[in-house]
Amino acid sequence: SSGINAEYGGCPNKQACSTGKFKTDTSPSDVAIALSKVKHKILVLSGKGGVGKSTVTAQIARNLAARDYSVGVVDVDVCGPSLARILGVNGQSVHKSSDGWSPVYTLDDIAVMSIDFLLGSEEDAVIWRGAKKNGMIKEFLTSVDWGELDYLVMDTPPGTSDEHLAIVSLLKQSKVSGCVLVTTPQEVSLGDVRKEVNFCRKLKLPIVGVVENMAWYDCPKCQTKSEIFPATTGGAAAMCHGEGLDLLCSVPLSPKVGQSCDSGVEGEGLPLEYGVLVDKITRYCEG
Amino acid sequence: MIGLKGSIHSCAQGWLPLTAPLGKGRISAVSLSYLVENQDDPVIWRGPKKTAMIKQFLSDVCWGELDYLLIDTPPGTSDEHMTIMECIPGCSVVLVTSPQAVAAADVLRQVTFCKKTNAKVLGIIETMSGFVCPNCSDCGLLFGQGGGRRLAEHCNINFLGSIPIDPNLSRALDKGELLQNLSSSPSAQSYCDIAKLLTKT
Repeated sequence: SSGINAEYGGCPNKQACSTGKFKTDTSPSDVAIALSKVKHKILVLSGKGGVGKSTVTAQIARNLAARDYSVGVVDVDVCGPSLARILGVNGQSVHKSSDGWSPVYTLDDIAVMSIDFLLGSEEDAVIWRGAKKNGMIKEFLTSVDWGELDYLVMDTPPGTSDEHLAIVSLLKQSKVSGCVLVTTPQEVSLGDVRKEVNFCRKLKLPIVGVVENMAWYDCPKCQTKSEIFPATTGGAAAMCHGEGLDLLCSVPLSPKVGQSCDSGVEGEGLPLEYGVLVDKITRYCEG
Repeated sequence: MIGLKGSIHSCAQGWLPLTAPLGKGRISAVSLSYLVENQDDPVIWRGPKKTAMIKQFLSDVCWGELDYLLIDTPPGTSDEHMTIMECIPGCSVVLVTSPQAVAAADVLRQVTFCKKTNAKVLGIIETMSGFVCPNCSDCGLLFGQGGGRRLAEHCNINFLGSIPIDPNLSRALDKGELLQNLSSSPSAQSYCDIAKLLTKT
């Protein structure tokens, strides 16, 4: 009933699990070894759901790949694993070898790991409490044969709970290179992002900056610019100014982005702001 | 969003929700934000602590007589959702999606969750269903079209309705003026219609 494909005999770690191997709560050194050939690890966070975090994660990955970086993506949102669909690889299978699980590769050579590849059907629900989710996240970080990567980008669910604590704990030795926080211009989103900022500061996570998504809409017919989610308190710019953070970019709401996410195909005419975002991320990480 | 701010106080019987008059009735609310001092402090809780708090919200609050209790949940099918279904067996559920296939795909998994936990699914609401340009009235399908209705048909669930994008509603939510602004926005009528449908189920 966990939703894991029975074809795999249930959880791939059933046997190892019964030996008590995973009873240790965290294994930062295991993760550090497993990710030793990954140069930069980026966490994409938001306090609020529905602000486009998975979209931004995918755009970061695609733009990095377009700049000839070797890129991997982990979808840590195990209950709502959208990234596989957004990157056009949903429903595919992973294979396990002595080197671990091999990630699924997109057409633009992005290595992807997601629970989507372990689920039998698109209707399967992952009805797991926190501890079980943490176990899967640890698997993603220790048991995937990522090979050499320039960037590993990690999508997270909204909030500051089990998944986030697990990632931070597991990456203690391996080190998070930077966090990208995603918001929309509304105060109800900014309020939650402030919490996320304080989460990062409390856990000493470096913050690259903030992406303001869905910032405005340009009518394709008359070119009128409309604020879809009005910035009643100055939007991300004011929040970043108040918190001493970098506003990495403000991205317009483009139907082409939604179409790209739904089809899993990159498409043309996507906001150029995502390219600016990636330039800033690489500058932050590489100096 | 609903403009009820303050701290929760307790009485002999338990916690008192924040309450305000609304139309001919009243609205009462509890939220973790009524229990924290600094609204910018993150709530860094693992599952068991969240579960304990949710159980308190459901069992230790002096709601008085209520016609409806609405429970907002985070996305997903995890501790919060499992706890609610354990505390309120056969709980009625309304599912919310945007028109996008990506969003509907997540809600499809939640439909499975509802089946497995014997929830009573009242229907699906689609939000962010198009935006009417205030200048030329062109209707922009910002998040695609029809995802909510297709999901409802696929799962044999009622499609309760779609809500267009409404910047005025967004503004009102930010200012906590939702309750005062219900009548004037284009999406308000859609919400009204959906609420009427729900009272009949």
